[in-house]
Amino acid sequence: MTTASVRQRSPAPDHAGSGAAKSAAPLVRHLSWQTRLKRDRSLLLMVSPTIVLLVVFCYVPMLGNIIAWQDYSPYVGFVHSPFVGWDAFVRVFNNPAFVHAVVNTLTITTFQLVFFFPIPIALALLLNSVVTPRLRTLVQSIVYLPHFFSWVLVVTLFQQIFGGAGLISQTVRQNGGSGFDLMTNPSTFLLLITGQSVWKEAGWGIIIFLAAIATVSPELYEAAAMDGAGKWRRMWHITLPAIRPVVILLLILQLGNMLSVGFEQLILQRDSVGPGVSEVIDTYVYFQGVVAGDWSFATAAGLLKGAISLVLVLGANKLAHMLGESGIYQKA
Amino acid sequence: MTSLITNSAIASPTIKRRRRNPNRAAWEGQPTRSAAAMKFGILSVVVLSVLFPLYTVVLTSLSTHAESVRAGGLVTVPGELTLKAYTEILSGGIVTRATLVSVGITVVGTVLSTVLTVLAAYGLSRPNSFGHRKILFVFLITMFFGAGMIPTYLLISSLGLINSYWALILPGVSAFNVLIVRNFFMAIEPAILDAAKIDGAGDWRILGKIVLPMSRAVIAVVSLFSAVGYWNAFFNAVLYINDNAKWPLQLVLRSYVLQGVTLPGSGGPVGVDTGTVSGLPLQMAIMVLAILPILMVYPFVQKHFTKGVIFGAIKG
Repeated sequence: MTTASVRQRSPAPDHAGSGAAKSAAPLVRHLSWQTRLKRDRSLLLMVSPTIVLLVVFCYVPMLGNIIAWQDYSPYVGFVHSPFVGWDAFVRVFNNPAFVHAVVNTLTITTFQLVFFFPIPIALALLLNSVVTPRLRTLVQSIVYLPHFFSWVLVVTLFQQIFGGAGLISQTVRQNGGSGFDLMTNPSTFLLLITGQSVWKEAGWGIIIFLAAIATVSPELYEAAAMDGAGKWRRMWHITLPAIRPVVILLLILQLGNMLSVGFEQLILQRDSVGPGVSEVIDTYVYFQGVVAGDWSFATAAGLLKGAISLVLVLGANKLAHMLGESGIYQKA
Repeated sequence: MTSLITNSAIASPTIKRRRRNPNRAAWEGQPTRSAAAMKFGILSVVVLSVLFPLYTVVLTSLSTHAESVRAGGLVTVPGELTLKAYTEILSGGIVTRATLVSVGITVVGTVLSTVLTVLAAYGLSRPNSFGHRKILFVFLITMFFGAGMIPTYLLISSLGLINSYWALILPGVSAFNVLIVRNFFMAIEPAILDAAKIDGAGDWRILGKIVLPMSRAVIAVVSLFSAVGYWNAFFNAVLYINDNAKWPLQLVLRSYVLQGVTLPGSGGPVGVDTGTVSGLPLQMAIMVLAILPILMVYPFVQKHFTKGVIFGAIKG
């Protein structure tokens, strides 16, 4: 039940060589595969329903991506649709709207990297300095809460507070000012969605930093205090180095995620603020495919994004290893 | 420095001294008054920014329409209170049906995915079992390659699952949860399981009698995450549920509250004073309905978060 057990997970699924399994291995190895199949039939039976679901809902659509190379028509089906080569990809690259969506995506992710990323760290440090356990647990429970709200709910809440008929606008108007509507203002949209992300996820984001801070031995702080270090120096020389691996790792992961922004968050607000600032790659794929019916084109755009994201994630993982940090699935 | 370390009981009674927090170690300096005030201020702002919106929404949903008109929108000071908004949306009609749909999807989906997750996790957790590495690889691949929205949509529609709730339930089983639970199972002392095996227990019995009772916390957390996922899911319903009589609650929330579409059969257009409780209180009651289940289960699972049980469950 320790957290350490979770962290053993590695991209290479090699667990047979660990612990007690090692001593048992020579005994097991010489069994024929028929014997092992018979012995483990109930284990295989347990796994099979999930395998079936994954094959149907993950692997079949993965293969379905071949329609990016076809002139796909739903009436003909992907078995009979003619192959047309890289046609759809060429159209994607030459499409100014797609380029616009990529620029929007990168703008939003970069902005959030700068203005969202430090907030959970600061909050974790602040919360760590609250010494009364009950108060700390209380604050923690409250700031985690919005993570469990749906995006529909969060966007609606923001509309009720910051929208044209919202609480703040009404209050300003009642006091003689002129109202405003943040929800439909394209020039403040970046701030708005970052604010929403901070409200929803910043509290939850502190968990990983608090866990990293908790691993620091209190004796280190005491020794530093004895040597005359004040609390800022203790933070700078003890706490921050302790969370540095986590910070670096999350940063690299964010870089790997550059092409993904909150799809639900943006599609909910695309109508009110307009596609000019809110069209990102994912929403673009949705509207080109499901709404406009240009299936091959949308699949090509989505595939392109997926491929680049994969390269970014694997590259980021590699970078993490090179920096001496553990990989994606060994975080913290 | 020494004066700070001195216990207040020993200190001279003439000097007025703030009481030390007993949780603060003796070597830690006492924060200055201004630092403590600033910390308190920031934390209050953070906490209030979460609680205040919830407070006004709940209060408005409990207010009369006249009250919300008088307030010019959301009600912040309690006035005339009524439960009428709730009786109105829960006495049949679109919102009631959508709530039942969402509850159904959440319950069926959570039970199904938790059972499948636990079974798969145990099936993959025994060392040297037949084919477990290849199967694990099949699971891991799905975490690195997303299939993409369009092919998934085309698959669901060619399976005839458009307008079927199975389209919302079945894809919710995730390899990620299986791997989390598997890791907890693998951390169980193998000697215990070997002993049970020597005593003649089969895999089903070992799972039911030994492994499950030892893994309650992780199963609680994984099932909470899948329940929250099913309850909050919104875009899969946009894609797969075209028939708005079958909408789950999140879609109703978007349509009738966020987009302000008229809610049929609720005594007039939303936002127009019709003498009854309608308009804003009604909309806010729909919002409360969407939050309520989360607020209800949250306290039971929250302690696992603060204890860090789900540490491995957090994606970047």
